[in-house]
Amino acid sequence: MTVWHRIFDFTDYGQLLSLVHNSILAGLILGVVGGLISTFVMMRDLPFAVHGISELSFAGASAALLLGVNVVAGSLTGSLIAALTIGALGSRARDRNSIIGVLMPFGLGLGVLFLSLYKGRSANKFGLLTGQIVAVDTPQLSWLLGTSAFVLLGLALIWRPLTFASTDPEVAAARGVPVDVLSPAFMLLLGLAVAMSIQIVGALLVLSIMCTPAAAAMRVTAAPRLVTLLSVVFAVCSVVGGILLSLGSSIPISPYVTTISFAIYLACRLIGSRPNRRGPRRAVAVAARPGAPVSSR
Amino acid sequence: MSSPTLKIHDASLSFGARRLWSHLNLLVEPGEFVAVLGANGSGKTSLLRVILGEQRLTSGTVAIAGRPARRGSGEIGYVPQQRRVDPLTPLRARDLVGLGLDGHRWGIGWPNPGRRRRIDALLDRVGAAGYADRPVGLLSGGEQQRVRIAQALVAGPRLLLCDEPLLSLDPQSQSATTALVDQSRRTGDTAVLFVTHEINPVLPYADRVLYLAGGQFRAGTVDEVLNSSTLSEMYRTPVEVIRSHGRILVAGLPEMSGHEGHETNYALGAP
Repeated sequence: MTVWHRIFDFTDYGQLLSLVHNSILAGLILGVVGGLISTFVMMRDLPFAVHGISELSFAGASAALLLGVNVVAGSLTGSLIAALTIGALGSRARDRNSIIGVLMPFGLGLGVLFLSLYKGRSANKFGLLTGQIVAVDTPQLSWLLGTSAFVLLGLALIWRPLTFASTDPEVAAARGVPVDVLSPAFMLLLGLAVAMSIQIVGALLVLSIMCTPAAAAMRVTAAPRLVTLLSVVFAVCSVVGGILLSLGSSIPISPYVTTISFAIYLACRLIGSRPNRRGPRRAVAVAARPGAPVSSR
Repeated sequence: MSSPTLKIHDASLSFGARRLWSHLNLLVEPGEFVAVLGANGSGKTSLLRVILGEQRLTSGTVAIAGRPARRGSGEIGYVPQQRRVDPLTPLRARDLVGLGLDGHRWGIGWPNPGRRRRIDALLDRVGAAGYADRPVGLLSGGEQQRVRIAQALVAGPRLLLCDEPLLSLDPQSQSATTALVDQSRRTGDTAVLFVTHEINPVLPYADRVLYLAGGQFRAGTVDEVLNSSTLSEMYRTPVEVIRSHGRILVAGLPEMSGHEGHETNYALGAP
């Protein structure tokens, strides 16, 4: 069998498709949640935090695997501990990045330790890092549905003030937006969303659905509603498209998802470099007036 | 006649042993333009935080339109200093104004024609209609401040708090921004409290000046406050206020008041 056939194999596709409707539904849900969350991940400059949370989530999941308890519960625990720690200790970007830089290798190391001690199927181990969507069964799907419903409701509730606090924190605070409450609330939702994604795309590739979709959308428009819509569309296309392409092959789903996601980003960058968006960077030129204090974010 | 827009009565603020100001009294009537000047660290920003309800007074009271200051008061519009915004921030000028209208409310918030008309009207009023759909991150400093003023006014506040809105703007944008604030208080009867270290752009408009320095304050007309003897007394060192071609130059301020030094240099270097 050629390499190409190992990557793409569409024999008996119809039969396979009927077997994985659970997975496709899971991919759809994940795409919607990832697309929505990723707009705030970009606005709040949190991609690195997402990566840090996913490594801790991986540690939690592998601990659960070793102990023989529910893997989902394990990944959720790791995820929430990481998200709330990062939220509590790192309100400033600089502090946050150093905390994540410290937490992340520790989490990954713990995960490696637990997996090395684990004597079960090695597919289970690999799946935590690189994804295993085909394995979605009905109890897992209901867990996924429940968590995403919670995340979506939570996001809907805080949507406007969170947008205000994320893009314009000073004025938001002056207007009475509880900026200090919204930050941990969002980290909680982010932690849940990451734990969800780990089950499907794996710890290493969470960013492809929690960062790339909105990063791509922001390249082509600045209209907030359109950014959100495009981001969801991009995320759903990446995850569901990835599942559909990977069906017949023996390769994990993640390379398909990440490749589609990256291709969309590249396309958006190309489109986004059109002249009317580039414009002269006058804002920067004015801020650089000699004698003016250097403003920083 | 209604109650004053802002009434600060016998107010004091200290952080531990450090006293910023005490027994401060200030009455601002609708449509009045009050410039707040003073050294760095004299408590100008803290005063704004008190009015916004973000900071408690050590003693005394603050009332806005007759009611005690509280967080998130709809009576206040806030204009911050100009900052560089990331060019990729997913926010157009009209969205920034929209956040000023209802960004503090819970929920998603669906678009509706009334809301859109109101935002358009405000953008038009500040002369920003031409770039209503441009990303905020691609606006110049002066354009950004116009949009900021629209954002602060869109909810129909009675008091406009401006916190160093001229910082890092070029001279033309400084006067345009100040003129716009002045226009809004004349048309809408909005009172203005304008914190700045750039004295000259606000000189033509300020009805009164509140000067904070060295734990003291002086309030009065420009002439009453900005003179050599008053400032020398507040800084406890000889300070000279020079008037030249309608501009005010302040010389001899102590080293510690960094921003004032900047102002002096800037003013002397101006044509």
